[in-house]
Amino acid sequence: MDVAIVGIGMHPFGRTPSRSGLQQGAYAARMALQDAGAQWRDMQFAFGGSASAGSADALVNELGLTGVPFINVANGCATGGSSLIAAYNAIKSGEFELGLVAGFDKHERGAFNADPEALGIGKWYGEVGMMMTTQFFAMKIQKYMYDYNISESTLAKVAEKAFINGSKNPNAWRTEPIGVEEITDSMMVNDPLTKFMFCSPSEGGVALVLCRAEKAEKYTDSPVYLKAATLKSRRFGSFEVFAPSQALDQVEGPTVDASRAAFEMAAVGPDDIDVMQLQDTEVGAEIMHMAENGFCEHGEQESLIQSGETRIGGSMPINTDGGCIANGEPIGASGLRQVYENVLQLRGQADEHQVPNEPKLAYTHVYGAPGISAVTILQR
Amino acid sequence: MTNQIPIAEGLFTWPAAKPALLGSRCRNCGIVSFPVSSTCMACSSQDMEIEELPGRGTLWTWTIQQFMPKSPYRSDETPETFRPYGVGYVELPGGVRVEGRLTENDPNKLQIGMEMDVVFEPYRTEENGDEIINFFFRPVR
Repeated sequence: MDVAIVGIGMHPFGRTPSRSGLQQGAYAARMALQDAGAQWRDMQFAFGGSASAGSADALVNELGLTGVPFINVANGCATGGSSLIAAYNAIKSGEFELGLVAGFDKHERGAFNADPEALGIGKWYGEVGMMMTTQFFAMKIQKYMYDYNISESTLAKVAEKAFINGSKNPNAWRTEPIGVEEITDSMMVNDPLTKFMFCSPSEGGVALVLCRAEKAEKYTDSPVYLKAATLKSRRFGSFEVFAPSQALDQVEGPTVDASRAAFEMAAVGPDDIDVMQLQDTEVGAEIMHMAENGFCEHGEQESLIQSGETRIGGSMPINTDGGCIANGEPIGASGLRQVYENVLQLRGQADEHQVPNEPKLAYTHVYGAPGISAVTILQR
Repeated sequence: MTNQIPIAEGLFTWPAAKPALLGSRCRNCGIVSFPVSSTCMACSSQDMEIEELPGRGTLWTWTIQQFMPKSPYRSDETPETFRPYGVGYVELPGGVRVEGRLTENDPNKLQIGMEMDVVFEPYRTEENGDEIINFFFRPVR
């Protein structure tokens, strides 16, 4: 039994002072329902999450009290991916036919300030200033550049592409292209990464209506099928964010594990994928995630990015909506934004940021603390 | 005399003639954890033995924290007096890679593979005058 996405909705990302996070989630949910031609009262279940904007199940206050079982999901950056897995299994089990997945958030400005004790780490770790996701990404790409000869110019080119793609996407936060020089010369945040190479916490909402595949035609003439949805946490020996120490012998991280599991589940390979959205918390993450998700060998990113292959018209279009760098990261909504973008791409509705040649298979990947990764593969 | 207090109990030996970071070695699989842990993250065994970690290692990777973090960061600094600081992972031979603050904050003076010593220095001063001691990695000169 397959699962189809038959409705999508999104509240633009960025800053919307006039709407709470919850209202942005409700906005996205209404759009998704309208897209599917369905009513809120038709929803047999809902899964949703928000990290900083209240309980997702409070959406019932906005959308109507129908008695729907609404389950809150909280899984850091993989919240959207986890909601999707839950919905997938709910339908696949045969228990339900039609339901909603929603994610929204509204964060304060500036870097996230995580609480070490909530993650089982000593208080000292935060006091001395190491409870910073930005440091982890900087140290990971620093080592990676050393090992695989990635240049600083390649770092800047990833951000340049993100802002170009963002400028083509009306839902993006950053809609002005920024040149390589300005990116390189912007304030150093964590060496070797500058301000414009990072995404920032932001606001936004995304919702999806899912149903049993054989019922999809009832709601849409362009169903998109969820061929795989996987989530993995770190194994011993992988190098992850918020780790006071790591093992001398390194193993593959959760991204590699989630990616392999997804390709196996969908029975396709990296070469079959036409468009991909990869976690780009900062430019180094996008570079490393290209290889970790199986789309190239370690080190090949240098020539692929320099020659423009990861742009919208290239052979390996990545983060076609501008990614986290141009959209910011509302934690609860971020992973679902990637799925929203891929559904647009597969329906051929992405307008200016549409990938050419009618893409058939699309891939999403998120990564977050404390070392989790979620992947989806969509097919039209 | 100033009272010197370690930033966390059990993170390193203190006071000691020759202070050292403390880890725990799993009696089942031999893997070392830092900080000390009652469970081995590699094999889930709870048969752990505390040991002192080596005082010298090599820099595995690093970055410089260029802006002042929000809470839970807790130093004596204000946004005006904040000085960027280095952070890195140092590979301690036979043990584990430990993440720590670096004494060096000049990116031109840091290189992957360079030798680093563990040192123990005052990090901040409490209102009552107590000095809080933390561990740092310092390039070997």
